[in-house]
Amino acid sequence: MSGYEARFRVWRGDVHGGDLADFRVEVNEGEVVLDIIHRIQATQAPDLAVRWNCKAGKCGSCSAEINGRPRLMCMTRMSVFDRAETVTVTPLRAFPVVRDLVTDVGFNYAKAREVPAFVPPAELGPGEYRMMQEDVDRSQEFRKCIECFLCQDTCHVVRDHEENKPAFAGPRFLMRVAELDMHPLDAAEDTGLDRKRTAQDEHGLGYCNITKCCTEVCPEGIHITDNALIPLKERAADRKYDPLVWLGSKIRRRPS
Amino acid sequence: MSVVDRQEWDVVVVGAGGAGLRAAIEARERGARTAVICKSLFGKAHTVMAEGGIAAAMGNVNSGDNWQVHFRDTMRGGKFLNQWRMAELHAREAPDRVWELETWGALFDRTGDGRISQRNFGGHEYPRLAHVGDRTGLELIRTLQQKIVSLQQEDKKETGGYETRLKVFQECTVTRILKDERGRVAGVFAYERESGRFFVLQAPAVVIATGGIGKSFKVTSNSWEYTGDGHALALLAGAPLVNMEFVQFHPTGMVWPPSVKGILVTESVRGDGGVLRNSEGERFMFDYVPDVFKEKYAESEAEGDRWYEDPDHNRRPPELLPRDEVARAINAEVKAGRGSPHGGVFLDVSTRMPAEVIRRRLPSMYHQFKELADVDITAEPMEVGPTCHYVMGGVAVDSDTAAARGVPGLFAAGEVAGGMHGSNRLGGNSLSDLLVFGRRAGLHAAEHAASLAGARPVADDAQLDAAAAEALRPFSAEGPGADESPLPGEAEGAARMRGDRPPENPYGIHQELQQTMNDLVGIIRRRAEMEQALEKLAELRVRARRAGVEGHRQFNPGWHLALDLRNMLLVSECVARAALERTESRGGHTREDHPEMDNAWRPVNLLCRPADPTGGLAATDPVRGQIELVRETTPPIRPDLLALFEKEELVKYLAEEELYE
Repeated sequence: MSGYEARFRVWRGDVHGGDLADFRVEVNEGEVVLDIIHRIQATQAPDLAVRWNCKAGKCGSCSAEINGRPRLMCMTRMSVFDRAETVTVTPLRAFPVVRDLVTDVGFNYAKAREVPAFVPPAELGPGEYRMMQEDVDRSQEFRKCIECFLCQDTCHVVRDHEENKPAFAGPRFLMRVAELDMHPLDAAEDTGLDRKRTAQDEHGLGYCNITKCCTEVCPEGIHITDNALIPLKERAADRKYDPLVWLGSKIRRRPS
Repeated sequence: MSVVDRQEWDVVVVGAGGAGLRAAIEARERGARTAVICKSLFGKAHTVMAEGGIAAAMGNVNSGDNWQVHFRDTMRGGKFLNQWRMAELHAREAPDRVWELETWGALFDRTGDGRISQRNFGGHEYPRLAHVGDRTGLELIRTLQQKIVSLQQEDKKETGGYETRLKVFQECTVTRILKDERGRVAGVFAYERESGRFFVLQAPAVVIATGGIGKSFKVTSNSWEYTGDGHALALLAGAPLVNMEFVQFHPTGMVWPPSVKGILVTESVRGDGGVLRNSEGERFMFDYVPDVFKEKYAESEAEGDRWYEDPDHNRRPPELLPRDEVARAINAEVKAGRGSPHGGVFLDVSTRMPAEVIRRRLPSMYHQFKELADVDITAEPMEVGPTCHYVMGGVAVDSDTAAARGVPGLFAAGEVAGGMHGSNRLGGNSLSDLLVFGRRAGLHAAEHAASLAGARPVADDAQLDAAAAEALRPFSAEGPGADESPLPGEAEGAARMRGDRPPENPYGIHQELQQTMNDLVGIIRRRAEMEQALEKLAELRVRARRAGVEGHRQFNPGWHLALDLRNMLLVSECVARAALERTESRGGHTREDHPEMDNAWRPVNLLCRPADPTGGLAATDPVRGQIELVRETTPPIRPDLLALFEKEELVKYLAEEELYE
């Protein structure tokens, strides 16, 4: 494949407003959308604002909407587009724009702080932890998350409903609750913290109606809905409505 | 300029990768009010890209392992140039640093009996790397990030605010270390990327943890942040850099397609059984085992293959030699015409293990090649070649306290600190380095700050004004007459020329710098080329002063790059000048005109200092430049540490007079 000239439309502006700007830009074999944005920066618009970091799909910085779909720019190859097609790049819609493709993702950092941290078991010192691989597999899947916040951006609970943001942690941080809840040695219960209940009562799990939009955009292929949200919903429901489960939780301690 | 926003903190940590976050946690736990400043978003630091694991002699997989063995491997990997006290502390403390991560919620891969699993890696005698698939760096960053959040949650409970004792200033860049009239650290001058606003954090202790310099090279595995900021900040503050000639080219970066050239292919591929082959299908590494390692590596493919199952009775395959050896070998094969179609060699796991094992053990590699190169690594070999990965050199520090030399209150940890890895770092020793010395830097910074509680150093306003003017220069570089007054150390004529010509594009200068360093001070070095590089650097330095930017100060990448150029040019000169001076080949420094390791050079360190301590950095003379070198003899290795090696081995490394002692 030889080089060709592609048509790009990139949103430029700031908190006061903005518009799509047209660019014609060279594309070479194997390039990804981020390469093209960088070429526009280096040759046509040196102050074009864009976040990026590793350019290898590992850090989750270069999130944007490409032709309306939330994606990582560094993992979107130009070969998926028709050469005649205009590629439109816009900032994440669910978050306030700072400038051009850069948005204020502070919402996510605020939500991260609201999830109580891992509680180490009091009886175990450093080096004494013993966990079986099959018991850590589930939480490890969720820890693959690179915090690109594409799931937070696409989730319809907040995408066009700013008013839901205070009550809803979003898929990424509900998954964090699930991760801690499934951690074999998390001792939250010993401190009176019921993670399942807080998912429902404090982090807005009830808003989620499992449309799986989050799973579809996850660049790490994490099964957010099936493996984190649905089990969390089932557990939360058990807790809430099943008196036997409720009683059991009061009298039986977890095996250590 | 006194209108600049000023805040008081006890400890300021510059950088939020593994070392910076570990330092911040320690400083805060020791009672210091701690601020972290990072160029990216919190949790995105370059550490996330580390793949293989954290080296720590826990002995979970092979009980023969202990800190002494780890120490030996580290010294061998660095060809005995390492600051031995750092290598000792590192080997002793790494296991505690890993175990502590578990108490903060980290979930490593497990052994059959439920302990932390450990994998093989180049240069490590036993399986030693704690890991999570091939995304260990992400786990490390996330764990430290979540620990910081948990400390902030505690502070919220006690004080009502998350950020009263520990605050992260994300997407901010430090451009100067501030000092008082006695030369003591007084704080940092920084700008916020989002608004372009300047601010000052006043603090008696500053920890530099900014990582490396890879963005000065064209083919690199490093992210945009790696512009040598901390190296330059330390230099400009008066702290010397050491070992800057030693740059690690990781043997296996992607080579195709061009846009991903340099992206890392983890060493775990080889640690888990992957092999290197040339275009003739040969496992060429058997031809490249150097003398010093002859006894430790397999002589036949059969022996190497048996080692994976029975390491006690076989020797390891030469694919697992230290990185410098493998990178040079690949370079030589390509040069001899036995390379792959795109100028690398073949790295193959597809014929070595079943597809589902590959997908489980190397998930990001599988994903990376599938997505970026249309290559299915379970069915065909990868094409790989050397990529600039890590700088062994850095701020010269005290081994125990991580204190930078000559600047009270300045500390450095992680990649930006020099000495620990000698001339070549072993894979896996980076993440453990971050934790061990990040913690030490945070601890001693907190103590230093506490000792000055009543009488804190204060920087005068003139320094702030100068820092602000320096940072704003790119906006006034446009057009004739914009700035024709000579800069310190600059001739009148140069100033006039500056005014007459249009401003330079910072992106263009950056690309020329990367090409220069890649071609002239790269993996194989020659005297004439390095001299040429120094001349080119001098030219770029003059042009960089005219780097102009469009637009305004809000999130303006062109401006940010124009400011980063100062750092990259300074650090590149350190590398080139030190590399020219060291007339031998050792670790990450290979001279075609001096191909042998010379034991007389072993106890010699090259220190880089600013040539003009008054801060005039416009010197355009390529011979003198901005950096001067000082030779220094290192203290002799402690006898009990030397006693960990056989005499026959020491003879290969030590200078004669060292052996007599």
